[in-house]
Amino acid sequence: MDKGLYTKREDGRKMAEVRPMNAKVGIVPSADGSASFETGNTKAIAVVRGPRTLHPQHMQNAQTGILRVSYGMMPFSVSDRIRPGPNRRSEEISKVSEWALSSVIDLREFPNTVVDVFIQIPQADAGTRVAGLNAAALALAHAGIPMKEMISAIGVGKIDKTLVVDLDKYEDSEYHDGEGSTDIPVVVTSRTKEIALLQLDGKISIPEFKETIEMAKKACGDILKVQMDALKNVTEEQDE
Amino acid sequence: MGKEKRQIVIPGETIVSGNEFLPGDGVYRDGADVVAGRYGIADVTEKHVRVVPISGAYYPRRGNTIIGTIVDITFNGWLIDFGGAQNAFLPVSEVPRYINKNEMREFLDFGESVIVKVWDVKSRGVDVSMKMRGFGKIDGGMIISVGPHKVPRIIGKEGSMIKLIKGATGCDVTVGQNGKVWISGKDSDGEIATKKIIEFIAENITLVGLTEKVENFIKNMGFKSNKVEIIKENTDEDSVEGDKE
Repeated sequence: MDKGLYTKREDGRKMAEVRPMNAKVGIVPSADGSASFETGNTKAIAVVRGPRTLHPQHMQNAQTGILRVSYGMMPFSVSDRIRPGPNRRSEEISKVSEWALSSVIDLREFPNTVVDVFIQIPQADAGTRVAGLNAAALALAHAGIPMKEMISAIGVGKIDKTLVVDLDKYEDSEYHDGEGSTDIPVVVTSRTKEIALLQLDGKISIPEFKETIEMAKKACGDILKVQMDALKNVTEEQDE
Repeated sequence: MGKEKRQIVIPGETIVSGNEFLPGDGVYRDGADVVAGRYGIADVTEKHVRVVPISGAYYPRRGNTIIGTIVDITFNGWLIDFGGAQNAFLPVSEVPRYINKNEMREFLDFGESVIVKVWDVKSRGVDVSMKMRGFGKIDGGMIISVGPHKVPRIIGKEGSMIKLIKGATGCDVTVGQNGKVWISGKDSDGEIATKKIIEFIAENITLVGLTEKVENFIKNMGFKSNKVEIIKENTDEDSVEGDKE
């Protein structure tokens, strides 16, 4: 089979290798839960507030609490300044992140309340929505929100004819040779290994697509380890 | 509290396997596995499994002592903000004296603080009472916020830490399980000193041998760390119970 043009990654990683990761919880002490998650040069922070009474009142649900996610990139996160405030892209990512996180959390204990998740990207190098989701899952766990399981997120894709994991900015948006690049963010749950979010724009064949999903599931296993370490190594109170 | 197995678990993690185990708070069953439903410390006592929270917001439980502020007055009671998901409701019938419903503000006005006991936790809100001894309106002193997960350490084993602080500074200290502490003394110097000691405990919650370090801290502040039992009776007997059921 034709190997295509992209035979070697520009940063020297293996095709299925995730960028170096770093995760931390409790970065905002005044919040109910908070976390940061970094992959390579992409950094995400997530802060959770709530459950708290939801206003306006007409949005309240008497059967369950609701989740509200807000994603945003900081103006200085990329080399061109981003105009602060909501835009089409950030609204979309907020919404899909909300759906992905809703599938694992359970707020039935807290009717008429809201749990707010704020995701901010201080530094972007592609894969910000998956980094944001990894941070948000950590922050929700840290906030003690009832969750069936954790989620881990990864971007997989195809560059020309090569399947890769965790695309960086160059691979995601600056590589245009051959067939160009396709990016698929995938969210995998920790226990049942189900898919909580999958987005795709670009072209990919069905066998290749199936293969990328397997690669994503494998990479999410590694991410989950990083998330677990972050949550388990907190030096919070433990009565001896 | 059982000491059989204590470890930090994350949501979705299997704590134990076997049909004989009973899932308790923060835990659910998935087939034969007993799985953590929230982040915290797994506590397996005999066959009962639960997850004790170590971070996050305060969730009220029956019997808790909480310190809050009056945010609303309805026709038959007061609404109290205590830092939880919903406000607590204090009915007129649950205060220790007769209240004329037209003069409710005379007894408790907006912005005033109270120490109350959680009577019932429903999905719609929390009912509280101040009918027992040690509960009531807060008059004077200061309220500091330390966070709900530091409360057991500030109280200490059977109230030891509180007794230490009270003995040294002569101030009255009442700890609410919602992470608020009321300090009341004869003068503000003593209250500020007490506040510093409590903040020291809150910052150093992970230290081993914290009691000794607090004793030293108190000595360095110029107080005698006398372990004299205080004659004045503890006003918060009920709050001296960490996180037991």
